[in-house]
Order: sequence, then structure tokens, then C-alpha cells
Amino acid sequence: MTTEVSMMHSAESQNLKDGEVSTGTTIIAIPFQGGVVVGADSRTSTGSYVAVRTSDKIACLSDHIYACRSGSAADTQALTDYIRYYLQQLKIETGRPARVKSAAHLLQKLVYQNKDNLSAGMIVAGWDPVEGPAIYSIALGGTCLKVPFAFSGSGSLYITGLLDSEFRENMTKEEARTLVKKALAHAMARDGSSGGIIRTVAITAEGNDRDYTSQLPYGPVSY
Amino acid sequence: MLPAAVPSRQHTVQPMVTGTSVLGIVYDKGVLLAADTLLSYGSMAKAQNIPRLHVVENTVIGASGEYSDFQRILEILKAKALEETTTSVMDSLYTEESGMTAENTWNYLRMLLYSRRSKFNPFWNELLVAGKDLKGKPFLGSVDKIGTTVRDNFIATGFGAYLAMPLLREKWRPDLTEGEARALLEDCMKILFFRDCRASPRIQLAKCAYDEVLVSEPYELDTAAAWQAEAYRQSVGELEDDGGW
Repeated sequence: MTTEVSMMHSAESQNLKDGEVSTGTTIIAIPFQGGVVVGADSRTSTGSYVAVRTSDKIACLSDHIYACRSGSAADTQALTDYIRYYLQQLKIETGRPARVKSAAHLLQKLVYQNKDNLSAGMIVAGWDPVEGPAIYSIALGGTCLKVPFAFSGSGSLYITGLLDSEFRENMTKEEARTLVKKALAHAMARDGSSGGIIRTVAITAEGNDRDYTSQLPYGPVSY
Repeated sequence: MLPAAVPSRQHTVQPMVTGTSVLGIVYDKGVLLAADTLLSYGSMAKAQNIPRLHVVENTVIGASGEYSDFQRILEILKAKALEETTTSVMDSLYTEESGMTAENTWNYLRMLLYSRRSKFNPFWNELLVAGKDLKGKPFLGSVDKIGTTVRDNFIATGFGAYLAMPLLREKWRPDLTEGEARALLEDCMKILFFRDCRASPRIQLAKCAYDEVLVSEPYELDTAAAWQAEAYRQSVGELEDDGGW
């Protein structure tokens, strides 16, 4: 596909290698009373081709901690594999479930120390007995920030205004889920690298519940 | 000290606002074209509901690639059509009755695109031209940004060349009815929506048959069924899974 090469410096520039698979994506985490709802689209793209249209970008790190993956699919899969292993170890060593903060900071260490070779933007979110619901955003260079709500990935740029205006503290689980789906649908409508279906996971002390939505609350506009 | 010479010539070297695939198929009574109505700005879906199939006289032109170049080409073709109808260019003994057919337009576009390419300033498009040929039979042809022309019974530009052409080759017959041709094109457009990052499910059809040339209003494809399989619904991110896709 020679056109792909000549477009490398055009309106679409990515720092992925030729043919590398990207989760060019939209991922979100929104807290509610007693937990967090994380959501993601399902499009995995190689350049302009949709490699997988129903991917699962929400990876479970431990019982009540999930990570949303954006950036290089290979890099983020490798990172979640490491973190799962470390959290299992921690659980054995301490006898307690891992904290969301531990998962996030472990991930930060990995991303920061390998920043030259990785392309990964992730959101670590979940519930732990110490802090309750918590959301951490780990950006490309390894910056780890604890945030009230998080959104990341190529599609997130299109919904910054929407989330800034619609986010409220202390929502219910259903309100948070609805907002997650609405924001994702809007991002998927405008970002070519996001699309497909919406997966959400609501994480609470009692358990996690996954949802799959193919009827998007917002679709291609007709104006 | 004189300033360094600044090149005064501009060249289109990279497309900015683009349209994706256009599909065309010849059926028993005419030609059908299909394209979605999305313009992209890199990876951003910049404008939805934008027609990429246009009627010029008795021909439909569909374009993928840089939209501004398409708009310029339409300007040129409209000016040419006006010139044809308002000037008598040759002695009436030698003038053809039919005026510009789709085949004429296709040849004219070839000259236009090839001459721009030869100046290293191409019209960054792949165009489909549909209508009638010089003998009155259904005509479908393409012209690309370097001036290559192809005439065939089914053509697809952009991603369609990779994803839709195999389906069109498999299913095409010379006696396709309009309904079958439309169903085939819609099926191809669905596949393109699933697999092309720059595609949208809002599409537009154009038909050239029985001396009439029509472009439909944009409408949305029904893609709901394609997301329902159990294999898709399953999550693969849980602890017992491999954390894969």
C-alpha cells in the first residue's frame, strides 16, 4: 500500500512502525458511588484497515482492578501481562488484595523506564478496600496522575468538552454507565481510529459487571 | 545579501480532506454507483452527509481522494459542458449529435489528470465515471491521479479495490437486475464500513439507466446484525483469558 507511506507526514502521523497494530482508540473511566465504570470502543486498526472490529481493550489486572489500553496493541498487552503477574505476587506476599494505586504505580515504573521503546497510554481504574474507587491515568511518557475521571486515546480529543460539561461527582452506577456510553459514541462518531461496539465494566466491591452495546446512543450525524 | 529563492510553484503533495472508496457496477439496464458521504481530515471524521457522487450533464462522477481537487474538476467539467452547448465548435457536417457522453468525459478526464501528473501537481483523486458510451451502451470507467484509465463492468476505488473487488468479481453477471446490483453494492459498502477506518455507514447511490441519471439521498445501512455473534460479545480481557484482543 504505497499510499500509506506517502501519507506518513500528512494529517495523520503516528509514531508506530510500518504495519504496527494500534489500538487507536477511545477509553474512559468514570467513578460513581461505590465503584468505577470503565469503557472502551472495539476498533483495532493497522493504518486505515480495521484489523479487529470487536476487540476487548479492557483488561482485568486483578479482582477489582482493570486497565484500559490505548496505543500499540502489542506494548499494552505485554504491560498488562507483567502487571497481572506482579499483582498476583503482591497478593501472595501481603495476603491482601492489591490497591489500585499499586497497580498504577507499577505500570508507571514499567512505562517510564521503557519510554523510548513503548507506545502505551493506559487508564488503571478499580476499587480497593483502602481508598474505595480510584482512577489513574498513565500517559505516553510514564506520567501517572490520579484523576477524578479519565479519558484517553485518539478519540478522547473529541469529547473533552462533552465530559468537562457533563461530569458530576457521586453519580449512580447507571448514570455513570450512560455517560460513558454517550461519550464513547460521540468519540466513535468523529474519530476514524475508534469504532465498532462499546464495552463497559462496572467495578464495585461486590463484583464486576460487563456490558456490550452495539446500538450506539449517538451515530453518524445527518447535518 | 539576497534572500534565498522561494519556489513559486505549489504542488499537491499530500491530501488533506479526503473521501474513501467509490464502487461502480454495470447491470442489465445501466450502471449503479455507491459511495459513503463522509469526508475525513486525517483520522478525524470531518463532515458527514457530503455527496461524493455528482451529476454533470448525463454522466455521474464519483470521487475518492482530495475533495478540493474533486470540486475543481467538477468546476472544469461544468464549464466544459456549458462550452459544448453554447459554442458551435465544428462544421455541423462533422459534429456528433450526442454531445458529451460519459465515455467522452472519461477521456477528457484522462487528459486532465495525466497532464497535471506530468507537472508533478496531480489531482489527488480516483474518479469513477458512469453513463453511456459512444454506442449508447452502459459505461463505467475510472481515472486515477496519474491518468491511468480502466473501463470495466465493476470498479472500486480506494479500500474498495482490496475489500470489495473480490466480492464483485465473485457475484457479477451480465444479466444482474437492478435489485441484485444494489444488494451487492450495499453488501460491499457494509464490509467497507466494518473494515475501513475512514468509512461511514451513511451512503448514497447513483443510477444511470434508461436515459436518466439519478443520485439518491443519503441513507444509512442497517449494520446491527453484524455485531451480535456470541464470539464478539465474549470478553477476552478477564483474568482467566490471555488478555488478548
